[in-house]
Amino acid sequence: MSLEEFRNFTIRDYHALFARGELSPSVLLEAFFQRIEEVDPLLHAFLFVNRENALERARRLEKEWKGKDSYPPLWGIPVAVKDNICTLGIPTTCGSRILEGFIPPYNATVIERLERAGAIVIGKTNMDEFAMGSSTENSAFGPTRNPFDLNRVPGGSSGGSAAAVAAFEAPVALGSDTGGSVRQPAAFCGIVGLRPTYGRVSRYGLVSFASSLDQIGPMTRTVEDAITLFEVISGKDERDSTCAPYPPFSREEIPPQEDIRTIKIGLPREYFSEGVDPRMVKVITAVLRELEKEGLELVEVSLPHTNYALEAYYIVAPSEASSNLARYDGVLYGMRKGGGQGLQDMYFQTRSFGFGPEVKRRILLGTYSLSSGYYDAYYLKGMKVRTLVRRDFEEAFATCHLLVTPVSPVFPFFLGERTKSPYEMYLADVFTIPSAMAGVPSIAVNCGYEDGLPVGMQIIAGPFQEGVLFALARFVEQMLSLPLPFPEIGPERRS
Amino acid sequence: MENVYVTIGLEVHCQLLTRAKMFCRCSTDYIGKTPNTLVCPVCMGLPGALPVLNRKALELAIKTALALQCEILPEVVFHRKNYFYPDLPKGYQISQYDFPIGVRGVLEFALQGVKKRVRIRRVHVEEDAGKLVHEGPDLRGAVSGVDFNRAGIPLVEIVTEPDLRSPEEAKECLVMLRSIVRYLGVSDGNMEEGSLRCDANVSVSLSPEIPGTKVEIKNMNSFRSVFRALSYEVERQTELLRAGKTPVQETRHWDEARQVTVPSRGKEEAEDYRYFPDPDLLPFRILPEMLQEIRATIPELPLQKKERFMREYELPEPEAYILAQDRDLAEFFEACVREFPSPRAVCNFILTEVLKNLNSLNIGIRESKVTPSMLAELLKMVERKEIGISLAKGIFEEMFRTGMSARDVMLKKGISFLTSERDLEKVVREVIEKNPQSVADYLRGKEKALHFLIGQVMRVTKGQASPEVVKNLLLRELSGGE
Repeated sequence: MSLEEFRNFTIRDYHALFARGELSPSVLLEAFFQRIEEVDPLLHAFLFVNRENALERARRLEKEWKGKDSYPPLWGIPVAVKDNICTLGIPTTCGSRILEGFIPPYNATVIERLERAGAIVIGKTNMDEFAMGSSTENSAFGPTRNPFDLNRVPGGSSGGSAAAVAAFEAPVALGSDTGGSVRQPAAFCGIVGLRPTYGRVSRYGLVSFASSLDQIGPMTRTVEDAITLFEVISGKDERDSTCAPYPPFSREEIPPQEDIRTIKIGLPREYFSEGVDPRMVKVITAVLRELEKEGLELVEVSLPHTNYALEAYYIVAPSEASSNLARYDGVLYGMRKGGGQGLQDMYFQTRSFGFGPEVKRRILLGTYSLSSGYYDAYYLKGMKVRTLVRRDFEEAFATCHLLVTPVSPVFPFFLGERTKSPYEMYLADVFTIPSAMAGVPSIAVNCGYEDGLPVGMQIIAGPFQEGVLFALARFVEQMLSLPLPFPEIGPERRS
Repeated sequence: MENVYVTIGLEVHCQLLTRAKMFCRCSTDYIGKTPNTLVCPVCMGLPGALPVLNRKALELAIKTALALQCEILPEVVFHRKNYFYPDLPKGYQISQYDFPIGVRGVLEFALQGVKKRVRIRRVHVEEDAGKLVHEGPDLRGAVSGVDFNRAGIPLVEIVTEPDLRSPEEAKECLVMLRSIVRYLGVSDGNMEEGSLRCDANVSVSLSPEIPGTKVEIKNMNSFRSVFRALSYEVERQTELLRAGKTPVQETRHWDEARQVTVPSRGKEEAEDYRYFPDPDLLPFRILPEMLQEIRATIPELPLQKKERFMREYELPEPEAYILAQDRDLAEFFEACVREFPSPRAVCNFILTEVLKNLNSLNIGIRESKVTPSMLAELLKMVERKEIGISLAKGIFEEMFRTGMSARDVMLKKGISFLTSERDLEKVVREVIEKNPQSVADYLRGKEKALHFLIGQVMRVTKGQASPEVVKNLLLRELSGGE
């Protein structure tokens, strides 16, 4: 059996084969494990492959469901999970030395929900340390490579999940998005990535980077699968106070296909400015023209505080991070170094050795922003800008239903290309940060290729309007009918 | 000798009596439990765990603020107080900052009958930290462990304005504060077990115009140590000032063993806690209905009770004050008075004998074996002059020790026969018969002879009769019967 036969499959297609007895979860798993064995030494998408546990679970599911032909929504489906989501008994490192050896004694809410829906955790994926980065080069365990070009980055911070899904090492994955960490790597790897409305998916068990921004989202090959995953993981959770008290998302919320032409699309002019790679603008503009031909209305809108969103983000997110990461002190779990010279020595050495340079940079930035005497000028000002950014979106959505923009102003760049300048790296997220700051949902969908590299289109909706988001994303996907990725990955392609 | 101007402010933490911790569902019943058995990912601060507010903790803190006549802010905001310490699992404490639960309250108490009033600056709610356990040759230990059973237990913090003028006032204020939290049922206010903790700011000046230097005193683990530490500190600062020196602004620890305050080890500069609103918790709106509901659960407070006791039972103020301080004792008093409506007698007996016995075991009235009815029965016997007060004291001690009723104690000790009036009459007649000389002396007008006869009766009865009753019986017999 070759996995390539399944390259255009959605979860429903696997279930159809399961129901006909032509495929079983354990056979499917074995196929993915084989693929991982073949390509992951080159890609390095996984930090941990959950082989034994996953196979055992697959066999148990098969036994329990023997003779049945309808399944829970994710029954028997392997899911790759970003390594900042706690998995009971499975190492969870956040791509950091400081959490090396940490095995959570509990499951994140999303993992509980995945497993209740029959999913199988196939492994934990690589990421920028504590989700801080845009290229997965900040992983303490080495970078992940882009399946379309092994010399290029897969984006980040959920680069491992994106590469795994694009290279078909897993059919679907979970990532987390703080300022673009689901959407930007999804775009770099030519797949679908959803950042839900803040509060729509429980953060319980997601290792915090910036609590007021972090959201878990599905990373999939098709919009259809993103919808299925989102239905499973979304909804109120008693264990997360910031989780909205609403029921899970239902595909019933998606407006019917025939209403698609009533959707008015806003094009924020700030997102099509000089800073954007013109080849990218060209691809997206072509798609927009087609949408117009299909009868959708396009209007120009403005999000005037876009330019300040990035700066404000780099105050607010590091501030929260500096506090969230204080718990890694060598006392209770993870790495411990030093201590011979007392408590201070243990703190200094553990944190000096345990954290990488980008994490340290952000802890310093955040600590500074929150310090007395600077709080008003930095953190408070950052929060005020955040309010202005949110208002931008409210005003834009008064004139249109959805916004369409590029996901990132740049194509997947070469490894090492941007590591020397943090600011250059931060710019890769300039179009994903504002909607994150506003707490509104957005999705990245592939809308074409240029020079063999995928181009991502971002669709942004108002709060809790994921239904409309999915409607347009699915429409674009069907209209373009691009082949789903199954890149050939071999050492000869790595120059 | 010139005047000394003392300024003291208190910062008091009370553990709130909730069943579950402040942000998780772990039990708060940690005393005597094996370390780290009442923990979960949330109170251990594991990666990914998130806090969810226990509404009960908030309600108890609001109740405290209301009882202290605070203005209640319409929105509760939790802030993170960031600092590193091994007993702090998240590297920050969830506390409150610029939007505490209550502000601008008042606490009234009395010192030697003089009314005092201290302003309350703020009341807020926060989570407790874990506890370091040191094992090894010295206090710092060779091995240090952390017990997180206590981590996450809700605390209410009460900060007074620096309105207290002496260590005595500070101690009385603290006693009243404890009394109030116990009345409210929000905390058991036990300093020895650490469910009530007190830090103090002390400054001394030789002139009312010049403010002194603020020195913070920590590690006072009993009311007595609060008084002693503050007295020591006032004296220390006074001596420095008189020698022309200025006290250093610092934090000092009370060393209970040496009975001195010593500078705390640590940084000289003020710590920057980098407070910011906790993004894991949403602001909590306090609706007027919620306030009303909580207000309705506030019982009569100590000072109100004291006033009522003075009015209703005509108790003198000092006695009423002491009774009202202890809700259980006050309730015991009232229950007793219902059966034996002689409030003064009941009050006096409680404030002397009952307290003496309670204090000797260091327990509260709730834990004693004597019920209000049992005490009423005993006092009735005294009133009927069946027994004297000194005998009653002895009987009470036995009741207190064994839980037996007064009658049972008397039966067991063989007291009842000797002391009932009829038995006494017999003894009195015998004494009169055996001492004709003294009887003659008395009848000739020698008062002293009567005392001798009383003494003789008391000797025969082994001191267990009421001298009053004996005297009356003697007088009756000597005057020739009815």
